[in-house]
Amino acid sequence: MDISEFGVWLIILIPLGAFVVNGLVVRPFFPQYERLAGWLTILSLAISFGLSIMAFTTVNSQHGMVDFGTHEWLDVAGLTLSIGILLDPLTAIMLIVVSGVSLMVQIYSQGYMKGDPSYIRYYAYMSLFTASMLGLVTARNIIQLYVFWELVGTSSYLLIGFWFTKPSAAAAAKKAFLVTRLGDFGFLIAILALFAQGNDFLDIPYMYAHVGMIGTTAVSLIALGFFAGAVGKSAQFPLHTWLPDAMEGPTPVSALIHSATMVTAGVFLVARTFPLYLASDVTMEVVALVGAFTAVFAASMGLVAHDIKRVLAYSTVSQLGYMMLILGLGGWVAAIFHLFTHAFFKALLFLGSGSVNHATGTFDMRYMGGLRKVMPWTFTLMVIGSLSLAGIFPLAGFWSKDEILAHAVEVDSTVGWIALAAGVVAAFMTAFYMFRVIWMTFGGEYRGGAEAEAAAIVAEGGEAPEVHGHPHLGESPWVMIAPMLVLGVLAVGAGFLANPPVDIGISEKHEFGHFVTGNPGVFVEDIHDEHAVEEALEHAGESPEFNWTVAIVSSAAALIGIYLAYLMYSAKKVSPESMADRTRPVYTLMYRKYFMDELYEGWIVKRFFYGVVVTASDWFERSVIDAVNVKLGIWTGRVGKGLGEVQNGQTQMAGLAISVGVVASIAAFLVWGS
Amino acid sequence: MFEGWLSIVVFLPAAAALIIALFLRNDSQVRWFAIGATVLNLVLIAITYLNYDRGAGGVQMVDRYADWIPVDGLRAEYLLGLDGLSAPLLLLTGLLTAVAAFASWRVTLRVREYFIWLLVLETAVLGVFTALDFLLFFIFWEIELIPMFMLISIWGSGRNKYSAMKFVIFTLAGSAFMLIGILALFLSSGVDTFAMVSIPSESIVGIPDKAAGIDLLIPAGAIWFLLFAAFAVKMPLWPVHSWLPDAHTDAPTAVSIMLAGVLLKMGGYGLIRVSVGMFQETKDFQVQDVAWLLATLAVISIIYGAVVTLKQTDLKRLVAFSSVSHMGFVVLGVSSIVGVGGKVTDAGLNGAALQMVTHGTITGLLFLSVGLVYDRAHTRYIPDLGGLALRWPLITASMLIAGLASLGLPGLSGFVAEISVFLGTYEVWSWLTAIGAFGVVLAAGYVLWMMQRTFFGPRNERFDDIDDANFIDMIPVAALVISIVAIGVYPKIVTEVFKIGISELVRI
Repeated sequence: MDISEFGVWLIILIPLGAFVVNGLVVRPFFPQYERLAGWLTILSLAISFGLSIMAFTTVNSQHGMVDFGTHEWLDVAGLTLSIGILLDPLTAIMLIVVSGVSLMVQIYSQGYMKGDPSYIRYYAYMSLFTASMLGLVTARNIIQLYVFWELVGTSSYLLIGFWFTKPSAAAAAKKAFLVTRLGDFGFLIAILALFAQGNDFLDIPYMYAHVGMIGTTAVSLIALGFFAGAVGKSAQFPLHTWLPDAMEGPTPVSALIHSATMVTAGVFLVARTFPLYLASDVTMEVVALVGAFTAVFAASMGLVAHDIKRVLAYSTVSQLGYMMLILGLGGWVAAIFHLFTHAFFKALLFLGSGSVNHATGTFDMRYMGGLRKVMPWTFTLMVIGSLSLAGIFPLAGFWSKDEILAHAVEVDSTVGWIALAAGVVAAFMTAFYMFRVIWMTFGGEYRGGAEAEAAAIVAEGGEAPEVHGHPHLGESPWVMIAPMLVLGVLAVGAGFLANPPVDIGISEKHEFGHFVTGNPGVFVEDIHDEHAVEEALEHAGESPEFNWTVAIVSSAAALIGIYLAYLMYSAKKVSPESMADRTRPVYTLMYRKYFMDELYEGWIVKRFFYGVVVTASDWFERSVIDAVNVKLGIWTGRVGKGLGEVQNGQTQMAGLAISVGVVASIAAFLVWGS
Repeated sequence: MFEGWLSIVVFLPAAAALIIALFLRNDSQVRWFAIGATVLNLVLIAITYLNYDRGAGGVQMVDRYADWIPVDGLRAEYLLGLDGLSAPLLLLTGLLTAVAAFASWRVTLRVREYFIWLLVLETAVLGVFTALDFLLFFIFWEIELIPMFMLISIWGSGRNKYSAMKFVIFTLAGSAFMLIGILALFLSSGVDTFAMVSIPSESIVGIPDKAAGIDLLIPAGAIWFLLFAAFAVKMPLWPVHSWLPDAHTDAPTAVSIMLAGVLLKMGGYGLIRVSVGMFQETKDFQVQDVAWLLATLAVISIIYGAVVTLKQTDLKRLVAFSSVSHMGFVVLGVSSIVGVGGKVTDAGLNGAALQMVTHGTITGLLFLSVGLVYDRAHTRYIPDLGGLALRWPLITASMLIAGLASLGLPGLSGFVAEISVFLGTYEVWSWLTAIGAFGVVLAAGYVLWMMQRTFFGPRNERFDDIDDANFIDMIPVAALVISIVAIGVYPKIVTEVFKIGISELVRI
């Protein structure tokens, strides 16, 4: 059965309803039935997921975009804003990923968040978060997309700052919102510039059909503006600093932020407005280079971080860099494919880190170790996720990363080769830091967990951190393991089975590529040019051909990374400490995150903006504006009489006298004036 | 609607004030009666609003008494009427006065007088928004000063007397210019009327039509600046805004709500109705000539206001400076009147009008929430607060919604107004609009930083024994939240009316 437009709206509205009911009914009136909140959210997402499947089959049967038309939302002379559903293969894939991963995360949270005093609030925010993301991927109008874009940002603000009594959480939430909003400023300007081309351009399908009408400079400006928004949301350099801090939120939130919701929004935005990029070569190169740089840059910070979630966070930034770099090279399908597989294994890895935290009470890997024996399921699943992320054959990550690199080879340009080199280096780093995580966490002997961490911090004169829940060393409950199992299966199979390089029984050759390219408007610059469309379709669906050289080189890089991690953290042939000592300046640079936080927060925000701009303005306000204003006021008041009383303290009378005086003088004028 | 309806709406609060003065003695009676009167008036205004015929447009529900002042040669009339521009502002006033009345629940000092002044204030503001005779408009404009002065100086805190005086002197300085401007218009041969708009059904030809293309008594540009001065002070626009933070800081909660929520809108309303509505076809000078000035001052207000907001440590002062920034969006929208290539889109002006309503509700909610904090903590000094969220979740939620609306979160009303202003103005003033749009980043900065310092962080044991907001406290909060969400989700409830008024005002 084909889904109706109302059905697609329900995908968004049902989780939104769960948010409203949880927030306005369950929380204030039935706080004793808090389990209700969790089940409500899970149920609503299950329905959304079911409807998303329906949307998917509808798109599949109709081969492309389903046109539902638009509805007028705001209409004044010269400005009409319409909303509507844009259902095409890209949307369908995103719907399934978002609702599916979110559903898994919510089930997992039943275990992880059990007993949290703000359990209801948690599920309310999670529903809002998912609903916003679902709204984002279905938006047909750019402003509608922007609306949900901002709502995603806001719900992530609420979730990152969920434990708001922790100052670090409150700070991280604010940081996430402000840094992404800086990018959104570019997004907003791009919307304005797009609108200046004509009101209709805000409608995305119209924009696809008329990109050619926009001048080169304008189209570059618009595309760059959208990209600025994407850089903020997808935590690309130089706006990446918020994402590692964002793990202050509960771990399932991180899992959702890092896999399907929030950070993928940036990649989605570029993919959604791709014809604008195709029309601007400069912007394409910017996207590719920013992505390539971020892929390596972020991975390098992951090499040395001690916090398991921080490693995963840098890994997300790095993987999003992959998606951006291939978008910039025109590899639209490869980017979406990697987004698709990455969502599963990254959600799995984060949930795994939460499971580890559930047992040890800490995220610091220096105090873990030996968990392989006590948490066999978590261990196995984490290894699967890491292998997939590292791009090891035949797991999902291998296929999508390989497609990215193979495409970069096909492009055969300077930027393409730079991107390829970055991709291979990042692949090596990724494999290294993931297996560093595996051995530090699960190998060797247990090093004490939260208690040891607290003792170490107290010994250094710090304050012991708060511990979430009641950790006990053992495997996590099934309600947490089961969703991880599902994601684990997908982390293995979602690559080869979805998009195999040859025909296999259950799916055809490049099945994913063929499906996702069903709406050529999204990735073809001029859809009126039938020849170009045909060529692009063929190219997008069929290519890149499986490239043995690329596969071997990138796999070798990954294996070397794993071997190095083995030598350092399992066999202990190479001491990490002496490595760090030998490369001290580089190590410090990476460990201190290239001092970007110091630069942004210490220098730009605190010293320059607050210390100079704000302070100077405030001085100007008090010493110039107000002083002059008061003088002028007094002078005018003197002209208007009645100021003598002010100095006598009889201000009430003075004020009244002035008011009455003015009214009286008008009356006098009325009677005798003319 | 029958004749006299608008007068009833406008003077009902004053009548209620009179009843309180003459008959009611008991404080609790006075409270309930005043709240009842404002709610009743809100209902009447809602009926009025719904009865405004969108299909017909123009000025409706005219109340007219031509021989109001029986002096030969003076064509001042008692003339009330409602058009698309004033109707939503009337609704805003009704809503915010009822909210302010609820928020005055805890006033214990000289309760009778307090509510009398509050009700008189409502009548004055309603009068400003409905008067279509320039002289009558001016009289209402001036009457509003007296209750405001009393409310700030008697029930205020801190340097309340200084602030009240400052408020009065500033406004009076502005109105002095306005009076000269009004008279200059009236005395110009060929104008000879005080009617602010033309009303064909009443055969009234207003100033905009009469002043078009003729020589005025003094140059049109001079008159424009005289009138503009009054509106700029009231809005307030940089650099004549410095009365506002003082007045807000020292005023009681309800008065801050009225001041930010509706009184500032008198300035914006005047700007659109008079500065734009009357000066598009005047000889030798049109408002389009100074649109660059409006845009520049607007952007300075937006950015400068937001930057100074970041430095504030008093919650009320913080909200007050954010108002300077947000009212800048109104002026920015108005500046799009110059159009591109002789073609004006109404989007910017509609955004400006909508921004007045949204700013009214949002800032009303901000002040209301600050008031709830202040009632309990007895301080508004941010470094003394912190960690309130755990103890007072309702107040925190209220402040958070207001704050998010203030920073332009989509789904809430502020966003619709801001995006309309930006879309409408970008084509005309690309660079200035882009700079102004940076105000939304700064707004996120001051709102979220304020939230972090005031509400988040470790539990504050000082407030452990003090309860969260109660049911009565939450009534006005709920009313404002509902209107903020309603406009944010379905802006047509306001824009469909505004756009009629704006399209009739834009004549080029």
